[in-house]
Amino acid sequence: MGASQSGRVHMFQDLADKTGFSIEQINNLRNRFMYLTQDEDTLRREHLENISNLALNPIRRQIIEAFFDKRNLGEKEKGCLQEIGFEEFVMVLSFFRPPKPRTSDEEMKNIKKEKLRFLFNMHDTDNDGVITLDEYRRVVEELLSSYETIGAETAKAISDAAMLEVASVTVGQMGPDEFYEGITFEQFMQILKNVEIETKMNIHFWNLDKRTMQCGK
Amino acid sequence: GQIISPVMELKMFLLVLGLLVGTGSPDMGSSQGKCSESLVQGPQTQENRTHTTHSKKPFPVLSFGYDYVRLPFEISLWVLLASLMKLGFHLMPRLSSIVPESCLLIVVGLLVGGLIKLVGEAPPVLESNIFFLYLLPPIILDAGYFLPIRQFTENLGTILMFAVVGTLWNAFFVGGLLYGVCQLEGHRLVTVDLLSCLLFGSIISAVDPVAVLAVFEEIHINELLHILVFGESLLNDAVTVVLYHLFEEFSSVGTITVTDVLLGIVCFLVVSLGGIVVGAIYGILAAFTSRFTSHTRVIEPLFVFLYSYMAYLSAEVFHLSGIMALIACGAVMRPYVEANISHKSHTTIKYFLKMWSSVSDTLIFIFLGVSTVAGPHEWNWIFVVATLIFCLVARVLGVVGLTFVINKFRIVKLTSKDQFIIAYGGLRGAIAFSLVYLLNTDHFPKRNMFLTAIITVIFFTVFVQGMTIRPLVDLLAVKKKQETKRSINEEIHTQFLDHLLTGIEDICGHYGHHHWKDKLNRFNKKYVKKCLIAGERSKEPQLIAFYHKMEMKQAIELVESGGGSKLPSAMPSTVSMQNIQPKKPPQDRALPQLSKAREEEIRKILRTNLQRTRQRLRSYNRHTLIADPYEDGWNEILIKRKKMKELEKKISQMNNYLTVPAPPPDSPTIARARLASDPQAWGLKSATESIPSIKVDLASPQSPESVNIVDEIGMKGSQPKVSEEGGGLTMKVPSPTKPRKDQTTDEDNDKEPQQRLMRCLSDPGPAAEEEDEDEPFLH
Repeated sequence: MGASQSGRVHMFQDLADKTGFSIEQINNLRNRFMYLTQDEDTLRREHLENISNLALNPIRRQIIEAFFDKRNLGEKEKGCLQEIGFEEFVMVLSFFRPPKPRTSDEEMKNIKKEKLRFLFNMHDTDNDGVITLDEYRRVVEELLSSYETIGAETAKAISDAAMLEVASVTVGQMGPDEFYEGITFEQFMQILKNVEIETKMNIHFWNLDKRTMQCGK
Repeated sequence: GQIISPVMELKMFLLVLGLLVGTGSPDMGSSQGKCSESLVQGPQTQENRTHTTHSKKPFPVLSFGYDYVRLPFEISLWVLLASLMKLGFHLMPRLSSIVPESCLLIVVGLLVGGLIKLVGEAPPVLESNIFFLYLLPPIILDAGYFLPIRQFTENLGTILMFAVVGTLWNAFFVGGLLYGVCQLEGHRLVTVDLLSCLLFGSIISAVDPVAVLAVFEEIHINELLHILVFGESLLNDAVTVVLYHLFEEFSSVGTITVTDVLLGIVCFLVVSLGGIVVGAIYGILAAFTSRFTSHTRVIEPLFVFLYSYMAYLSAEVFHLSGIMALIACGAVMRPYVEANISHKSHTTIKYFLKMWSSVSDTLIFIFLGVSTVAGPHEWNWIFVVATLIFCLVARVLGVVGLTFVINKFRIVKLTSKDQFIIAYGGLRGAIAFSLVYLLNTDHFPKRNMFLTAIITVIFFTVFVQGMTIRPLVDLLAVKKKQETKRSINEEIHTQFLDHLLTGIEDICGHYGHHHWKDKLNRFNKKYVKKCLIAGERSKEPQLIAFYHKMEMKQAIELVESGGGSKLPSAMPSTVSMQNIQPKKPPQDRALPQLSKAREEEIRKILRTNLQRTRQRLRSYNRHTLIADPYEDGWNEILIKRKKMKELEKKISQMNNYLTVPAPPPDSPTIARARLASDPQAWGLKSATESIPSIKVDLASPQSPESVNIVDEIGMKGSQPKVSEEGGGLTMKVPSPTKPRKDQTTDEDNDKEPQQRLMRCLSDPGPAAEEEDEDEPFLH
């Protein structure tokens, strides 16, 4: 018992250093992980789909996919895994960790870039490095999917307008016969530079209560 | 222009001043009785005149009956003065960039008050009744209706901390220390007891929304700081009301027990929550009423104003916080009312609120100046200076201390620059003045001294802090407000982020900020919206509503800017939907097709020729119809003509069709824009499809020539559109090209551009004018 405890603490320390969480936060996350997987070692998609609150979320599919996306786990390869361990779980969640108070501007820029990269990967489902019109259209459709009465044309109109805006802002002048392939990562960063991602895309991690984990279902 | 206007303005100023002084306006509040008297007297005197037949007077052709109109006349004159002053300041840009408007207005008030006093009359004082019932509500309603809810709720904890704890700290610090000073000073001040000092402290500690708005509006600071200081100034009203009544009640008694303190805390909760509840109730009533106003659009704005004002008055009846009621009413009713009312009503509400709040704001500052001249003063160096120093010190200490605590709970920490601006932006204003003015001189013998001290603090904060905050903001390089419009991409991603963060919170099992916000939104969507929003809009998601609003705004902007000739330069791109069409996978077509490269080549040639031709044609007018054959342009056109003929031959040999984009079918957005009560939207619907590509691309196939081609082929959808536009330039978002099975139309297709070209070339007059007009939307 003692050996595994110390081994676990050692692993947590590694994780803490890698992801920036504190030991308590990682402990809490470990408990949550155990709860979600019902004490198994690996997390699969069904485990996440079982969360009842998540079922009401219009973009749950993309959220769940993001956990199994290899690109988010720091690997250079593309594709997705079928199941992940605790380490990968924490790594994905570290994208939502609020930046520490004394981060320099340079680090803030990096953090912003990482978070935007995460968002980009969520949209770019076919892993080709660009968000095409179809992919973007799907994003808008998912966002509107909780409203039954919205037709496909409106989603199409909105996504068309959005793509047009990106193209206009980033590329500017295009001849009538040139084709705009899709949104690259640099363009994505450019159009979202006014949305302060580094401050908005965060959740609090210190408030994990044992109580909420029991009634998490 | 610039040289003449200050002189003219000065003349107007003097004229108005003369009128004011000449009428010798007494205290405005009490002249109501006189007015009614004179109303009654009027007919009587006339009666008298007709009855006295003894002395035959000549029939009065022109008579003078000033008493009849005295009150409204004077009020109008004051408002006119205020507005003229405002006008004048903006005609002198140099002055208004250094000195904030509020300072200038106070100076004007001082001058007017001084003049009135010189004449020998008693200058009118800012009656607290008039201030609280008529001058303050428009400003607060304007602020509350347009409150940015998102930022407000995100920072609510911080704002509440500053408003409640900060104000309490200020009040007790200033009050307590002043009491100490008074005791130490001896002879004149020793009569001031602790409770009076605490009361004074509580009055002066409240940050004033009017002053904050007046100054912060001009410096365009970033939204976070703006909402923090402004939100604090709004929410501390409850604290001020409770403290004021608490100390006022007990100053007569003399002592305060622990039960009183506890009751005070309960009172605070009642006052603030009660105010909010009252406001929310009226807000819901207003939203519900607006659901049925589709047939009486004209009085829609009236409902908004009336319900809000009633909320304020109802709260004041029970001594609840009227300001919080007004804010709650405006904030609650706004999303539902805006979904129900017409665009014109929305504009009306916006402009009326801005107008009233602007007039109120101006009047308040002018009267502050006048009252300074008028008011009974008692100057006591030690008291005044001590007050000033303690106020400043208390503010700085309070902000620093509170930020230290708050930063533990915030994701976005407040930097020391932020803290400085928050502390420096704690301006005091007319509310404090009016509250002191209300004090009973029997209970508070030193009221005049308080008045003097408050006026000094107000002057200091408004003049010194108000004037220096702008250069300081620049010096410290504080982040300014971003002027960019909200783009649809940002909106999409904001919503996406909301859902994403809610999802992650659910995965972590953590019921945080986003979780509850999501729950509230779902409750809103399921139950509330159905009740309060009329018709189809109740089911409209926020993204769609945003999209419509944006379309509308851009279309109207385009019309207002006069059409194509003065396009907003923000979007100079030539990207159109055509560039973004996804590459089609090669389909099995029934007909052999031209290779894509060839098709592109032909299209390019046609387009460039059309473009160049049209550019040439523009330079022609009626007087140069018979062009000089030796002119370069003419030669070019001849060459073009030759090229066209060759091309025509080439194309006729090919066995294919040109894919020409068809106009898309009417989407719901268009239908809704058409059916909207705003008749202008109907004519603008073509614009709504093509945002934000606004540049009129003359050479693209979206030109009317190609549309007419489509028309001739007989696409049903295009018929109504083409007939409306009637040949003006249009911008369309073409749907993906559709394969055409009709082979016989090939020849027509190819002939058409040439025929049109020929028409252009042979008849440059009307075509040139058509191009020059560049008015695609309104006919």
